[in-house]
Amino acid sequence: MIIPVTSKPRTSKANKTGTWRSGKKPHFIQKECIACRLCVMVCPEGCISGDKRCTYIADYKYCKGCGNCVAVCPVADIEMVKEEWWRETIS
Amino acid sequence: MRQYREGSHAVAEIVRLCKAQVISAYPITPQTHIVESLAQMVADGELNAEFINVESEHSAASVVQGASATGVRTYTATTSQGLLYMIEVLYSIAGLRLPVVLTCANRAVSSPINIWNDHQDSVTVRDAGWLQFYAENNQEACDLHLMAYRLAEDHEIMLPVMVCMDGYILTHAYEVVDLPEQSQVDKFLPDFKPVHCLNPDKPISMGVLMGPESYTETRYAIHQTMMDALNVIPGIADEFEQVFGRKVNCLIEKYRLEDATQVFVAMGSMVGTIKEMVDGLREDGQKVGLLKVIAHRPFPKKIVYEALKNAREIAVLEKAISLGEEGPLLSDVKSAFCGYGNQPKISGFVLGLGGRDITKKSIFEVQGALAGSQVDVKFIDLKI
Repeated sequence: MIIPVTSKPRTSKANKTGTWRSGKKPHFIQKECIACRLCVMVCPEGCISGDKRCTYIADYKYCKGCGNCVAVCPVADIEMVKEEWWRETIS
Repeated sequence: MRQYREGSHAVAEIVRLCKAQVISAYPITPQTHIVESLAQMVADGELNAEFINVESEHSAASVVQGASATGVRTYTATTSQGLLYMIEVLYSIAGLRLPVVLTCANRAVSSPINIWNDHQDSVTVRDAGWLQFYAENNQEACDLHLMAYRLAEDHEIMLPVMVCMDGYILTHAYEVVDLPEQSQVDKFLPDFKPVHCLNPDKPISMGVLMGPESYTETRYAIHQTMMDALNVIPGIADEFEQVFGRKVNCLIEKYRLEDATQVFVAMGSMVGTIKEMVDGLREDGQKVGLLKVIAHRPFPKKIVYEALKNAREIAVLEKAISLGEEGPLLSDVKSAFCGYGNQPKISGFVLGLGGRDITKKSIFEVQGALAGSQVDVKFIDLKI
């Protein structure tokens, strides 16, 4: 009997790792951003996208809230915020 | 063809005949001669394989794991600390259902450091999901390697196989072995056809995360396959006999068990010594016999029970111990009798650790202890 421990490509999109966050998420302030793209490179989920200055954003369906982007941002334009506070401000 | 060969060289020759395509190993006594020979064969162009030198056993196991995942036949060998250093990869290989074949040149485990033979290394990893076979002599070691590849790559099984041969006692012993012709091996062992493999044209990921909803089933599948292997093995052993003209035992071997009331149970090279003892005791009119266990995993519990059920005194001799409990093989033999009435005495003896010779005197000491009440753990030849 074999139960394969394999998966086909693109199936990782089905795994919504955003549910792994435990209370905090990165908030992209979009004021000091210099578009260095360091946040894009360090994101373990590859869920940060953006182009010009102050356009970067995370896809919270996949963001695990690790805070790597916050730690690496050279201009402190990303901050960790409490989920509740964040939900309130965006609503 | 019958040849006078060192055990290690004979095994290397068999791996060459099996056309292993990727070999990776780190040298460690007493396994070194096997992989040294294979490296020489690759360098001399006698074996069309990739021999990948690595900096550790953990890497060697990882290399054969990766290679096997791409659908090629792989081989590695190690012992003792090297085998323990491989452990996490060993579990991973079994979980990925990759048919890697590994030779364990059995050696004691540190501390104290000791390079001589016992079974503690391979017995320690018996739960990793690998089929484990123990060879009595070099001919059997060679034959078990042929069986190992055939079984591992069988689509009913697809599990790695570890062939255990006693370090020095077998690996460094010169014996006459009947090495098969290439045509015979090709007939017995067809090209490896993987069930799943890594291929850039049809990309898949292997070894993915599987949570509480599916992990249990992967372990169940391995266990079920192990149980199935007990039924698959005899058929493949028959094919082996047809192709190579000699019988291969893969589960157990019964030696003079008919009407035996006193039975020794053992694995590996010490079986040879016990066979001589049994012959001598039989000449004296004593009803003694021997059960050689070859397959430690899967453990052929029912077959062992059937072979031993008429015995009154059973002595399980082993070169390993689960410290704080008893010998692992003793536990297995006892469990084979669980649930049946009229149990025999099943006593356990630990001997031959760290290369201490097992002599006929040792076996006499075991037999002497059988007359008394059942013993769980008795160290033989103890100097305390």
